[in-house]
Amino acid sequence: MIALQDLHKSFGEKQVLAGVNLQVGQGESLCVIGQSGTGKSVLLKCILGLVQPDRGRITWHGRPLDRAAFMAGFGMLFQGAALFDSMSVWQNVAFRLRQRMSDGKARAIALDKLARVGLGAETADLMPAELSGGMAKRVGLARAIADDPSVIFFDEPTTGLDPIRARAINALIRDIVTQTGATAITITHDMDSVCAIGDRVALLQCGRIVHDGPVAGMSDAPELADFLGVGVAK
Amino acid sequence: MTPIRTVGRAALRLTRGIGAVTIFAGRGLGGLRPLPGRALGLQLIQIGWLSLPVVGLTALFTGAALALQIHSGGERFQAGDVVPAIVAIGMVRELGPVLGGLMVAARVASSIAAEIGTMRVTEQIDALVTLSTDPIRWLVTPRLWAAILSLPVLVAVGDIIGIMGGWLVGTGSLGFNSTTYIANSWAYLEFWDVASGLIKGAVFGLIVALSGCWFGMRSSRGAAGVGRATTQAVVGAAVGILAANFVLTGLFFQ
Ligand SMILES: Nc1ncnc2c1ncn2[C@@H]1O[C@H](COP(=O)(O)OP(=O)(O)OP(=O)(O)O)[C@@H](O)[C@H]1O
Ligand SMILES: [Mg+2]
Repeated sequence: MIALQDLHKSFGEKQVLAGVNLQVGQGESLCVIGQSGTGKSVLLKCILGLVQPDRGRITWHGRPLDRAAFMAGFGMLFQGAALFDSMSVWQNVAFRLRQRMSDGKARAIALDKLARVGLGAETADLMPAELSGGMAKRVGLARAIADDPSVIFFDEPTTGLDPIRARAINALIRDIVTQTGATAITITHDMDSVCAIGDRVALLQCGRIVHDGPVAGMSDAPELADFLGVGVAK
Repeated sequence: MTPIRTVGRAALRLTRGIGAVTIFAGRGLGGLRPLPGRALGLQLIQIGWLSLPVVGLTALFTGAALALQIHSGGERFQAGDVVPAIVAIGMVRELGPVLGGLMVAARVASSIAAEIGTMRVTEQIDALVTLSTDPIRWLVTPRLWAAILSLPVLVAVGDIIGIMGGWLVGTGSLGFNSTTYIANSWAYLEFWDVASGLIKGAVFGLIVALSGCWFGMRSSRGAAGVGRATTQAVVGAAVGILAANFVLTGLFFQ
């Protein structure tokens, strides 16, 4: 279980997080929504220590987060995919695996994960520069799940994908979370994603969590009305 | 009080900066266990092997020009024959390492800063962290060691080519006899002349790679951030080399 207490972060004058309180239970799938630029990506980076919060506590299983232990069973899909551009697609996916098994075995697992995100073996030897945005995103997703992590963060997994692909990715994330019992935090703008993969949904607005509740009851929440109006109406 | 405060603040910032760079260098140099063999090999090719042409050409022309200068300057007091000895000593002690270092600074510090800076702004460095990999060990260690190991070799090659440049001019247009030129080059050269130049090379290698890695890692967001990091890396490396050269020359020859 990951818990954030009173997290604050400013960049210069600009306050991005102003006291975020949030919890994710073991095996739970939390979706975080919010307008562009409200600090959703910064929130994830604070948890990971990639951005140093100004104030606040982050605990994992009730103790201050030990990043080395946390990262060992962790996977993340970055908003911009963040593929290593000096390595081929399969080497990206197998990055962690190659540190403890032969290249042959690691490649086989990488090909399997690529197939799960809908990419065939012919993409395995391409370089990231040769991929489209949506393909890069899916390679990033394959890399995030390559080592069967127990905690996964997805930063906008379906942005830039066509609706069919997006639905497939939502189903994949749902499968991973239910099958492996992984804890997931997904950032998204896509209410279809929220419905498909979330157990709970939290809305980040003006640096705070202004709504936090089960996905099932979200149509009754007045704070979410604006988002639902955009998402579900179509 | 304000001027004093400004000076004080600048001094504090400078000290803090030097401390931070030193810690960074220490972490980078200390990441050798386990040895990143593949990455080190790749960087030796990038930094050492691929710098050979530019360092060789620089040395060739420098040696040749030096021979012309020493000859015409020496003639003024009937000492034109010192050309071989002065060219050899000048190349080996000073011009080989300094010009070689500066050329490598232009070629390597910039490319390291651009590469690492791009990785920083496209979040590849953040991705390394989430994959339980220390970016310093992964990116900085191989580059620092590759530069430290390559530069002395580049300097040695540059020394030889520079002396040959002097020989070409000396025998081609200054009327020296080939055998005496070579004999005179060797005759006045001492072991320490060569060794000091190679040590300088290793230090300059560290400065070049450190500058590239440091500014690349701290690159700010966007293409402009990477551009700025690249410029800072080259300027930092060049100034660092010239300053270190002064200090080392003082240490070695006083
Ligand atoms: N390293 C940084 N330096 C300065 N400002 C930053 C930095 N990172 C983020 N910000 C600022 O913090 C704010 C929140 O950024 P963040 O990337 O978290 O937005 P987001 O909620 O993920 O938006 P989107 O949905 O568009 O991805 C932005 O206004 C951004 O300008
Ligand atoms: Mg974002």
